[in-house]
Amino acid sequence: MSDELIWRIAGGSGDGADSTSKNFARALMRSGLHVFTHQHYPSRIRGGHMYVEVRAAPEPVKSRGDGYNFLVALGDSFARNPQEGAYYGDEEIKPLAENLDELREGGVIIYDTGLFDEEDVEEVGLHERAEENDWHVYGIDLRGTAREHGREVMRNTAGVGATAALLGADLDPFEEIMREGMRGDVLEANLQVLTDAYESAADLEFTHDLSFPEGGHDEQQVMVSGSHAVAYGALDSGCRFISGYPMTPWTDVFTIMSQNLPDVGGISEQVEDEIAAASLAVGASHAGVKAMSGSSGGGFALMSEPLGMAEMTETPLVLVEAQRAGPSTGMPTKTEQADLEHVLYTSQGDSNRVVLAPGNVREAYEQSRISFDVAYDYQIPTILLYDQKLGAENRTVPESFFDREPSPDLGSTLTEEELAEAAHDASGKFHRFQYDPENGVSPRSIPGQKGGRYLASGNEHTQSGHITEDPDLRVAQVDRRLRKLESIREDLNGRDLQTYYGEEDAEYGIVSWGSQQDTVEEAVDRLLAAGHSVQAVGVSQIMPFPREEMAGFIEGVEEAMVVEMNATGQFRGHIQRELGRYGDKLTSLLKYNGNPFEPAEIVEGFEAQHDGDASAAPETTRTEPAAGD
Amino acid sequence: MSAFSAIGEEREIDQDEFTPGLEPQPTWCPGCGDFGVLKALKGAMPQVGRTPDETLLVTGIGCSGKLSSYFESYGFHSIHGRALPVARAAKLANPELEVIAAGGDGDGYGIGGNHFMHTARENHDMVYIVFNNEVFGLTKGQSSPTSPKGHESKIQPGGNAKAPVRPLSLALASGASYIARTAAVNPNQAKEILTEAIEHDGFAHVDFLTQCPTWNKDAKSYVPYVDVQDSDDYDFDVTDRREAADMMHETESALYEGTVLTGRYYVDEDRPSYTQEKRDTGALPEEPAAERYFDEDADWERSADLMHRHR
Ligand SMILES: Cc1ncc(C[n+]2csc(CCOP(=O)(O)OP(=O)(O)O)c2C)c(N)n1
Ligand code: SF4
Ligand SMILES: [Mg+2]
Repeated sequence: MSDELIWRIAGGSGDGADSTSKNFARALMRSGLHVFTHQHYPSRIRGGHMYVEVRAAPEPVKSRGDGYNFLVALGDSFARNPQEGAYYGDEEIKPLAENLDELREGGVIIYDTGLFDEEDVEEVGLHERAEENDWHVYGIDLRGTAREHGREVMRNTAGVGATAALLGADLDPFEEIMREGMRGDVLEANLQVLTDAYESAADLEFTHDLSFPEGGHDEQQVMVSGSHAVAYGALDSGCRFISGYPMTPWTDVFTIMSQNLPDVGGISEQVEDEIAAASLAVGASHAGVKAMSGSSGGGFALMSEPLGMAEMTETPLVLVEAQRAGPSTGMPTKTEQADLEHVLYTSQGDSNRVVLAPGNVREAYEQSRISFDVAYDYQIPTILLYDQKLGAENRTVPESFFDREPSPDLGSTLTEEELAEAAHDASGKFHRFQYDPENGVSPRSIPGQKGGRYLASGNEHTQSGHITEDPDLRVAQVDRRLRKLESIREDLNGRDLQTYYGEEDAEYGIVSWGSQQDTVEEAVDRLLAAGHSVQAVGVSQIMPFPREEMAGFIEGVEEAMVVEMNATGQFRGHIQRELGRYGDKLTSLLKYNGNPFEPAEIVEGFEAQHDGDASAAPETTRTEPAAGD
Repeated sequence: MSAFSAIGEEREIDQDEFTPGLEPQPTWCPGCGDFGVLKALKGAMPQVGRTPDETLLVTGIGCSGKLSSYFESYGFHSIHGRALPVARAAKLANPELEVIAAGGDGDGYGIGGNHFMHTARENHDMVYIVFNNEVFGLTKGQSSPTSPKGHESKIQPGGNAKAPVRPLSLALASGASYIARTAAVNPNQAKEILTEAIEHDGFAHVDFLTQCPTWNKDAKSYVPYVDVQDSDDYDFDVTDRREAADMMHETESALYEGTVLTGRYYVDEDRPSYTQEKRDTGALPEEPAAERYFDEDADWERSADLMHRHR
């Protein structure tokens, strides 16, 4: 995509570049473009440097790009606190200095002369590097403009105004968004800063050729993050209970749900820990409200005992797991896909759960809904496994995508009328856990219903719930619960959860799971253009695994490279475990430095493996040869 | 019309309804205090006028956790220490259910101690019965949080070096609005206290002394016991937090010196329950959330109507 803008705003974390970039992206969307955002954060509330990238183009954008072409370097205001000098040293200029490596040739730089003088800029060799790379550098007093009309933080707004001027963009959509989100003096000051910065930048002599991409939408677009998509899928499924404990990055879903639930008759509970969080969700679901909980790696670890309780008591439950780099506290704000085995197998006894991993924002919404359908139809915990990358990325989606009917159905749950007809013990206990229902699912009752009494027990139990250690009953119940997974496998097979991309009957395959899917697709476009015969599959149905489908894919190619963000090739291992073969056909391309793949890294990784020279892979990734050789 | 017609049903209730017809005999040891809890609870239910189908009994794990097997109602035999979080969510999902939580001293004051503190703090409208036998019964006699200092077991061969927790004081400090101690050997008081506790609108904590003849052989069967309300030796106001705190402290210490004090220790009728508090902030629907799923005419909100925020 030549006709694209990849705008990066870099500054101190806590300086507001996050909301500014969101507004910027929405303004671009309103100008008729498609957008995609990528966040890069340190794990502190203030101080340390962060950036957000907004990639915009006339066609839909699927991924972060390779590098970027427009930098607004704000400087780090936190680092200017004199008491902090000792800790932070030259932190102030890092938003400029540290972002240069990824700036493309011909790129544009705006830096804040209100913060850095010529000497500072020389120290990082800006002009020399600019010459080498054909960068176009504009020093503008963003801070001065902000101070003149309002407060220092409005430097962000000044950066947006200057960007618009340099790109020749119309200011209207930017002003419109501000008017919708701000009021009174703050609004007035921001508008002033915006136009002032626009005008001072417009007066400069331009040397760059980068201009504002032209685009237009056929229909109304909305900008939605992965976390919003998960939450909206839950709301449309009739989920009206969430319990949780804050942990990055899962907190986003928890927050969005908590802000919306009171308006729709729902309940949100922030509780003492994640053991409680998962247990509450079980309690609410047991008592008849569609419920969810969730966490990230460490918090999910605390949930494993109640998760087993949900499996054994067959309480429908949706947990979302937003992965971040681990183990332990790991890198809280950085992305990774290394909780796969944790989520699949952490269990007392044989695990009995469903795991879905959406590949993008749309799939996050759709699979959030499927998670609830499956959980309530089959009375089983369903885990929606995603990561910091997908949760935080914003994307344009046609608004009509969300125009769907809600599905609040409680699934395999009986009404009182149905209960009156159902099987009971002589003593009046309802047969909640019958031994041989067809698809393994034995319908449940809800406390308070007349005639529905039973005991839900974490102990192995008889059909009315009483504890038993009878070997035959034990086997019958285990088999029945596992039979549900087979029914679900069939059900999910019909829902096309795998996304194929590229050439049919290709020579080579690329396999990804979850959030890497669309970056891989962009890489596939380039590989095809370079004459490679490849097809990608993005897998979402992690458990129960689409065994036949995946065996078919792997059979059809000579070799398949599994792309994932972890150091041990967990998904590759999962495929082999599930299929019991193909070890010698699978290779891995791994990245685990905290940042998601760029498309070029996948292209280079593929070519390196293809040429048999793994050492040619990009430095940030690792390639692994086939297990069989 | 409610989808839960058992709730609020007005009829005569017989305490035999709470005895399961088919369940094998309780597996508790002969002489175990746990029988006393079962009996007192069965006796209390007709008094409070709630039926098996509108009652949810959530238990933890331990000998005590088996209560839900021997008591006929909706039951949830959860995992060790987690009865409270399961129970309180059920109450939020359907505040019209009668929710009772129960478990052992290890379950409630040890592994689930954090939930005990927070459930009391939030003042959920439910009873929490803690079978306090001062020992881990089910796992064969190890020291529990309420075992006396010096308590010996295979894991504490030289005697437990830890001073016991003070459960009543803990409940008070955490925010419980009804706090009592009773004993299996005092069935009348136990039934009365459980009745009051169930009727109380808020978190009612009942520390229930249950003798364990199997692992606490030399220990007491909690006789003789004194009801602090009936005795002239004790005079304090159960609605006064400071006086209650002093009395609790004395009671907790006395137990380990051989004097078994029981009775009501603290009653706060004014503190609103969590259901009330949460409704007041608009964060809990007036109608039980569980009802709506059975209402075919319910109008469910759509995320499509939130999309204007994302344009
Ligand atoms: C997570 C977990 N840890 C340990 C156990 C083993 N366990 C079962 S009951 C119990 C202690 C029981 O003591 P208490 O709660 O006082 O109940 P009691 O048997 O005395 O009634 C333990 C440690 C368990 N079931 N789960
Ligand atoms: S071990 Fe103790 S607590 Fe457990 S049933 Fe026997 S007497 Fe009761
Ligand atoms: Mg005990």
